[in-house]
Amino acid sequence: MKRGLLYRINANRSLLLMIAPATLFFFIFNYIPMAGIVLAFKQFRYDLGILNSPWVGLDNFKFFFLTGDAFNVTRNTLLYNAAFIVINNALQIVVAILLAEVGSKLFRKTAQTLMFLPYFISWVVVGAVAYNLFNYEFGAINTLLKSFGMEPLDIYTTAEYWKYILIFFSAWKVVGYGAVFYMASILSIDKETYEAADIDGANVFQRILHITLPSLRPTILILVLLAIGGIFRGDFGLFYQLVGNNGMLFQATDVIDTYVYRSLLVNNEVGMSAAIGFYQSVLCFVTILATNYLVRRTDRENALF
Amino acid sequence: MMTTTVKKNRADQRILDLIGYVFVGLVALVCLVPFLLVVSGSFSSESSITREGFGLWPKEFSLAAYQFAFQHPEQFINAYVLTISLTVVGTVLGLFISAMTAYVLQRQDFQWKSGFAFYFYFTTLFQGGLVPWYILMVNYLQMKDTYWALLLPPMLNVFYILILRTFLRSIPEAITESAKIDGAGDFTIFVKLILPLSKPALATIGLFTALGYWNDWFNSLLFVSNEKLYTLQYLLYKTLGNLEGLRKLMEVSGMRVAELPGESLKMALAIIVTGPIVLLYPFVQRFFVQGLTVGAVKG
Repeated sequence: MKRGLLYRINANRSLLLMIAPATLFFFIFNYIPMAGIVLAFKQFRYDLGILNSPWVGLDNFKFFFLTGDAFNVTRNTLLYNAAFIVINNALQIVVAILLAEVGSKLFRKTAQTLMFLPYFISWVVVGAVAYNLFNYEFGAINTLLKSFGMEPLDIYTTAEYWKYILIFFSAWKVVGYGAVFYMASILSIDKETYEAADIDGANVFQRILHITLPSLRPTILILVLLAIGGIFRGDFGLFYQLVGNNGMLFQATDVIDTYVYRSLLVNNEVGMSAAIGFYQSVLCFVTILATNYLVRRTDRENALF
Repeated sequence: MMTTTVKKNRADQRILDLIGYVFVGLVALVCLVPFLLVVSGSFSSESSITREGFGLWPKEFSLAAYQFAFQHPEQFINAYVLTISLTVVGTVLGLFISAMTAYVLQRQDFQWKSGFAFYFYFTTLFQGGLVPWYILMVNYLQMKDTYWALLLPPMLNVFYILILRTFLRSIPEAITESAKIDGAGDFTIFVKLILPLSKPALATIGLFTALGYWNDWFNSLLFVSNEKLYTLQYLLYKTLGNLEGLRKLMEVSGMRVAELPGESLKMALAIIVTGPIVLLYPFVQRFFVQGLTVGAVKG
């Protein structure tokens, strides 16, 4: 069936028309910006536009790498995301297993509803929650400390605390949401496997260790893989709404995304922020390809592509 | 009659129960308490907050913050109307386009389906980054301070399209085939047959999209300076960040600074902004859980 391209386009015209809006949308909002990466090597001038702005080679990258900012934000991004991936997934798995094994229906339903709640609110509201908790004068934590006769903590100026605060809120927001994925895989485990284990005299802990956890492996793998693909992309909302432009905390809280945002909109360094964005995209792309390659080699079925 | 195995199981089952109740109960409590603190703060009198701080229970019950908010509702009403309009328009359009795209992508007789699928998927692998996108939006598309800047970016999501495609694959191809024989065009088949059959998937993805719109503040942060285009979340963000927003409200009402319920108002605003989602939440959660369970995970 060898027909001309025009004929085939015509034969498929209604399907092509149906897929056109999304195709156009992603062309404009995703593919055109990819070409805009040339900005990383240019000195952007608003009056000249992207194409006519002068080339500056690697100058945009220089400042970022020479000041040591590159090292700091890259390390922060990597370490925070690694902590999020490990802690959030571990918590979600533990919660899912316990919810599947324990309690009355009422307890399970109530607990699940409460744990899912944070997922529904915006990072701005989380910002309000954090303000309520950590504010120096009125914050609930300091109110509590003072009621015990202790000194209030100056949380908004102490970088050290924020490692734990950010990790806490990241887990807080997604624990119920992620547990649902793991619950779904647990519920799909064949009941007979459990019965057979019972007959063999396994206790519940052995059952969890030898049946539930191994059968969660594919789900764990795919969720962790997806997360590793974005390990150099911070959750901008989390960092920005909790920390904001609080310069005193940057050493501990600045990630690539907040750095790019600040360079662009606060310091108006278009070229440099484009360069850092490019650096981030390349890091992400390489990580995705590398993780996918490793998975293909060890566990072909669970590779992303 | 109890066998020894059952007895043994009961002892370890009890230990697991104990661990489970304590651990899951604690996690659930930790998820809830921050909300209670915000609710309590919003119902506290300003003076009790400045004197004694936020607590789990209002030390002096007061509706002043809500009264203040509802006395001068212009900006809230404006933000509410804008946010609801964005959520409804964006979700309906986004859902329709996503479903249409997903339908074409799963049509076995569409010869470029894998090419297009890769075209969409690739955008999740490599991105131009914030800066080229921002300059495109502002300098070339002229979208600063427009409704479009808030409506368009959250509209389509590649992962949602891929989840819909997975769902649509479960609808028998025979339905499309037989409708074709009856002379129906592709678009008619999609609207009349496929859409009604995909209600559960549409509900789930629609809820996710709607939640995205309702909670969006990022596009406002980037593109909005005109107060008429403040969404609910952005209004809250502005109020939390500084008291400028509140002072502006006060100028309108001619109140003095001392009377301003600042701290309690911040909390009340958080409640007002979250309101509809939390009220809908118990009903909506069921769909989310179903949708997540069905669509889990691979696209």
